Amino acid sequence: MVAENLQTLRGEINQRKLINNLFAIVGLIIILVSILILLALVLQLVINGWSRITPEFFTSFPSRRASRAGILSAWVGTSLVMLVTAFFAVPLGIASGVYLEEYARKNWFSALIEINVTNLAGVPSIIYGLLALGVFVYQFNLGESILAAGLTLALLILPVVIVTTREALRAIPNSLREAAYAMGASKWQMIWDHILPYSFGSILTGIIIGLSRAIGETAPVITIGALTFIAFLPDSPITSEFPFISFAWLKAPFTLMPIQMFNWVSRPEPEFEVNAAAAGTVLLFMTLTMNGLAIFLRYRFRRGIKW
Amino acid sequence: MQTWTNQHRKKRNLQEKIIETILLLAALTSVLTTFGILEVLIGESVYFFQKVPLKLFLTDTQWSPLFADPRYGILPLLSGTLVTSIVAMLVAIPLGTIVAIYLSEFAPAKVREIAKPFLELLAAIPTVVYGYFALLSVTPLLQTIFPDLPGFNMLSAGLVMGLMIIPLISSISEDAMRAVPQSIKEGSYAMGATRLQTALKVVFPSAISGISAAYILGISRAVGETMIVAIAAGLQPNLTWNPLDQAATITAYIVQVSLGDLPHGSLEYQSIFAAGITLVLMTLVLNIIGYFLTKKYREIY
Repeated sequence: MVAENLQTLRGEINQRKLINNLFAIVGLIIILVSILILLALVLQLVINGWSRITPEFFTSFPSRRASRAGILSAWVGTSLVMLVTAFFAVPLGIASGVYLEEYARKNWFSALIEINVTNLAGVPSIIYGLLALGVFVYQFNLGESILAAGLTLALLILPVVIVTTREALRAIPNSLREAAYAMGASKWQMIWDHILPYSFGSILTGIIIGLSRAIGETAPVITIGALTFIAFLPDSPITSEFPFISFAWLKAPFTLMPIQMFNWVSRPEPEFEVNAAAAGTVLLFMTLTMNGLAIFLRYRFRRGIKW
Repeated sequence: MQTWTNQHRKKRNLQEKIIETILLLAALTSVLTTFGILEVLIGESVYFFQKVPLKLFLTDTQWSPLFADPRYGILPLLSGTLVTSIVAMLVAIPLGTIVAIYLSEFAPAKVREIAKPFLELLAAIPTVVYGYFALLSVTPLLQTIFPDLPGFNMLSAGLVMGLMIIPLISSISEDAMRAVPQSIKEGSYAMGATRLQTALKVVFPSAISGISAAYILGISRAVGETMIVAIAAGLQPNLTWNPLDQAATITAYIVQVSLGDLPHGSLEYQSIFAAGITLVLMTLVLNIIGYFLTKKYREIY
């Protein structure tokens, strides 16, 4: 009797162990399969587009003929818009993060700002496009310009920069702050000379991730009215005459890499699919490089500093 | 000497105050953004609802603002949004949860260290590229299974969207499960439970508040996703619950209108803000549900 009970018990234990191991295998398979599906899709994209990735592809304007069309105006537009985005999002995001983490007292007001940042991170990106259409394009009268697009994307990635700045500041032990105070530093001296330099690496990672998200964003920029067919470049920011810097490009109409790709994907002619694949490959290369860099930096800085 | 120090201190205090004020102003940009969003959406929608009665907006089964006889019933756009989101969540919730359980309870440190950055990269791919995948890779593949599948369909858009949302759900759920104290897990192991039993009956229920937050975040991401559906699900409003059909979502409609050249102040122009406010209300309701779920099930150790 006892021996029989033991037998069934052993059987049950073995069964549970089997289910347990099966689950572990299923989990691993799901991860592998989703990564493999993705690799396959990316590979197909690259193979489809490869034949179009030539030097001319980067130096030609879009064209009605697929084989002559290129991404010159798209990558120039993307670079200029990113310049504007970084110019606004980086100082604003770091300053907000520093305020919330180092200055804000625990009261309803700082709680309001905090809840607000969390909620903004969850607002669909196309809503930022509607905001920009109503405020930047019409109320501020910026038109469908590089400046309007850069500001829109800056607002979009602001929560990312704020959150990573706060996390970076929180990771720095209080003893460091107290040491700075003990030496007679003011609060701002403590932050500027000690806290910010130490958290530089983590903040940089957040900025890179935010910008890589901005590069791939399409919807909000379509909403403000980015054009899909641009056969000229904005004025150069550097001029040959005094004062050597011109801001006329801020007002210029523009197109972006993802918009160019969207335009080609949605055309009925199959020849444009190849162009879309090529533009997608370039875009993917940009965002994955930036994200890879961010992941690399994070591991490096994590390993580098031990408190 | 004394006066110099006082002067110096005064100057320094003033400087500190100025810096604090500047930082506060920067932090207020985010509040301003929220006000801006509300102001624009409500302001333009008010004009819209003066011309289109709210009751018609909510009950009419046709959405055809660009026709000669324009009709403004949000239901077809709503059904498109819901169907694509449901398909996406049917993929992302089970798979994301299994991946999270595996990574937090089963995976050796080495596997986790390699898998997590890869999953992060999955989330970093631009949505327009996902749209390309859905339209030109996944739809042809699905057409071998469903020969009648149209070139634009909600199934393929939803599936790809689900693939995109897996990392979001898995990483937040994993964080929630890792926050469950080791002692509770060890208590379960001590009673003879296997890893899977511990994961399902101890860790998962303890982390349910964080996990439900992950699900809610995933759903609102799916509801607000734009490019995948605009590229792969079609731009034709269609009141249907069949994922094999094509249909436009709320976001796809906004994109379609923005691509054209609409005069500022026209009814069509205002209609995208009415669509936008519907979208914001949907995500708001989801966020409120999420907030209460988190509150109700929160366990404090």
